Amino acid sequence: MSEEQLFTISSSPHVRAEDTIPKIMYTVFLALVPAALFAVYNFGLQAMIIILLCIASCMLFEWAFQKFAGMPVMAFDGSAAVTGLLLALNLPATIPWWMAVIGSFIAIVVGKQVYGGLGANIFNPALVARVFLLISWPVEMTAKLGFAPKPLLGSALDATTAATPLGAVKEMIQMKEPITSAVSQFNPTELFFGFHGGSMGEVSIIALLIGAAILFYKKYITWHIPVTYLATVAVFAAIFYFTDDKELPRHAPVWFHMLSGGLILGAFFMATDMVTSPITHKGMIIYGFGCGFLTIMIRAFGAYPEGASFAILLMNLTTPVIDMYIKPKKFGEVSSNA
Amino acid sequence: MERSTFRGGIHPRYEKIQTNSKKIEHSNIPEIAVIPLAQHIGAACSPCVEVGDTVKKGQKIGTPNGFVSSPIHASISGTVKAIEKRPHPLGRDDVVAVVIESDGNDEWTGDLIEHENYLDMSADDLKKIILEAGIVGKGGATFPTHVKLSPPPNQEIHTVILNGAECEPYLSADHRVMVESPHDVVEGLKIVMKVLGVKDGYIGIEDNKPDAIKAITASLQDLRPADTNIDVVVLETKYPQGAEKQLIKVITGNEVPSGGLPMAVGVVVQNVGTAASIYEAARYGRPLIDRVLTVSGLGINEPKNLKARIGTPFTQIIEECGGLKSGVKKVIMGGPMMGMAQHTLNVPVIKGTSGLLAFTKSEAASFAVRPCIRCGRCVEVCPMGLAPNVLGTYGELYMFEEASDANVMDCMECGSCVYICPAKRPLVHLMRFTKREVIVARHKEKEKEEKK
Repeated sequence: MSEEQLFTISSSPHVRAEDTIPKIMYTVFLALVPAALFAVYNFGLQAMIIILLCIASCMLFEWAFQKFAGMPVMAFDGSAAVTGLLLALNLPATIPWWMAVIGSFIAIVVGKQVYGGLGANIFNPALVARVFLLISWPVEMTAKLGFAPKPLLGSALDATTAATPLGAVKEMIQMKEPITSAVSQFNPTELFFGFHGGSMGEVSIIALLIGAAILFYKKYITWHIPVTYLATVAVFAAIFYFTDDKELPRHAPVWFHMLSGGLILGAFFMATDMVTSPITHKGMIIYGFGCGFLTIMIRAFGAYPEGASFAILLMNLTTPVIDMYIKPKKFGEVSSNA
Repeated sequence: MERSTFRGGIHPRYEKIQTNSKKIEHSNIPEIAVIPLAQHIGAACSPCVEVGDTVKKGQKIGTPNGFVSSPIHASISGTVKAIEKRPHPLGRDDVVAVVIESDGNDEWTGDLIEHENYLDMSADDLKKIILEAGIVGKGGATFPTHVKLSPPPNQEIHTVILNGAECEPYLSADHRVMVESPHDVVEGLKIVMKVLGVKDGYIGIEDNKPDAIKAITASLQDLRPADTNIDVVVLETKYPQGAEKQLIKVITGNEVPSGGLPMAVGVVVQNVGTAASIYEAARYGRPLIDRVLTVSGLGINEPKNLKARIGTPFTQIIEECGGLKSGVKKVIMGGPMMGMAQHTLNVPVIKGTSGLLAFTKSEAASFAVRPCIRCGRCVEVCPMGLAPNVLGTYGELYMFEEASDANVMDCMECGSCVYICPAKRPLVHLMRFTKREVIVARHKEKEKEEKK
């Protein structure tokens, strides 16, 4: 041999697929961009400020924590950016900036890093922060869901406050009045496109579906969780609606449930979070059913108008248990038992 | 026959175009052949020649120790220069190699026995020929063939499958053997069926090798005996289609029980290259002294399919393929999914060398390992139905008992999980480590019980 060359030695296999974690994370980020853009269009410049603030502060907290704790710094792997964007989309545009920063701290430090960082957290970090803020500052998180048509052209003063669809319904129920008048304020097309009040990223169904299509196309999500989730909500909503009290109706029709609140955002972007959902398809179906069942139960009978965040967080808790009992079907199992 | 499939699997880039239409070329006879005395799974051979002896091509130089072992033969004629430890392509440092310097005559040993009517021979005689010819599985696992052909007396075997899937990317050696020597392959299958007294035979070929399917199908038309069923099964191109258990599942519909051998479902699988060697042994009495391998990868100047003598150094093989390009980062014996990375080119071709790949930086990219995000892709692709992410974590945490309970021993190290993992976790590496620890623990347990 003419000269000694140095070769890399490693365990097989020697070829890898192209996907990496940063690639997945930034694609999820990209899939959320339509919803974010619509939020800016719908709620104005303040929406953009909150969105950018959440992304930046989440990445900063991630970087600071990892630096401080002596962990490898992975603040730019895209996961903190996704958490920041998801958190922002779960907030009203009118939230004070410092609350958004506190939310980012809760999401990254309490929701993620204390468990050991990416992949080790039990709960969806953005949802932990959202629920923390919702319980701590209920007024800022719900009452002032600003709605400002064409805000980029007008001034911020144009912003008006309007009740969210689910909020309006819950208000009627609490006043023991028929909900029909609340439901009739909204029409399906308006809800589908998102011209109404709500958290920044949840209002526009079409924008969310565009993002979901990207995730399906890239195979980052499968149908198992979102379809089971949505189908469960739809089925229970239908049951409640058709068995409703005719005198004092308190259950909204199915389309109203499907098109309002955080359901679509939750079903496609939060419940499908890889870290906090089961790894087997069978487990995902159970998990999706649980999310749907809890969501509709909280909406129909709970004190809060919307239940998606609570439902997903509660189901996050069941993920380890589901994975413990629902195992993939082992090759050769059937024959050995036969 | 309708094409069925197995659960899991991946679709890597196959990269076979570089070599799959290239005729098999004969590699030069090496000036010095280094022939390790363990080229198979099982016990190493003992040398039966001495330094200074002259040997002929095909002469036995290593005698097997025990049943799961296989003799080794001289692949060239010449003089034994040394019997000593040499680098082994599988990293075995417990075996010696017989080093033969060629006399340039390439003479066969005189005691080769030809059999014109090999199919009229008794099963036992054929089996003896196969054992004496040192035939082992040429797919890469190198399990001694005569062992596979000796089922326990109470085990009924009803099907023989020839594995022509060649699902490993880059490799085209089996493909070319099927295209260029379909007669030898089919005759080899007939011999195996005769030994086992089996009437059903299949040749499974992935649908990315239409010319191989055509060649085998054509030669079956002339060669199929009237009283047997031999069929070509066109398989989906999917890795690991050629894994024994997956192949059996696709072709027969049966799952080999966990921890069991294919015999448990009445099937014996042989690689197509092995079948061709069986034919050569039965018809011409020639032992296994050469094999076809694919030399490819972006680091090779002229990718080729070469028929090389066992013991030919990798350096010579690479030279005959135009040498290495600059910037070669990795050299692999076998395919990129299950092959072994080499630290030196100073190793010889052995019976299991299905390929020799030289990867440049772009092919052998290394990645930062990140934490598992539980995406579940490894679970989706695992053909054995395991949860590789969980098993990997058990390995990292030294939780061997838990790993054993989670069926880590079923892992066949196909590498599908590592291929697909976006976090680039070294799962197969962890499985190997874990499996070893589990075996050690089980061994200790056994010893303890025996002491009682």
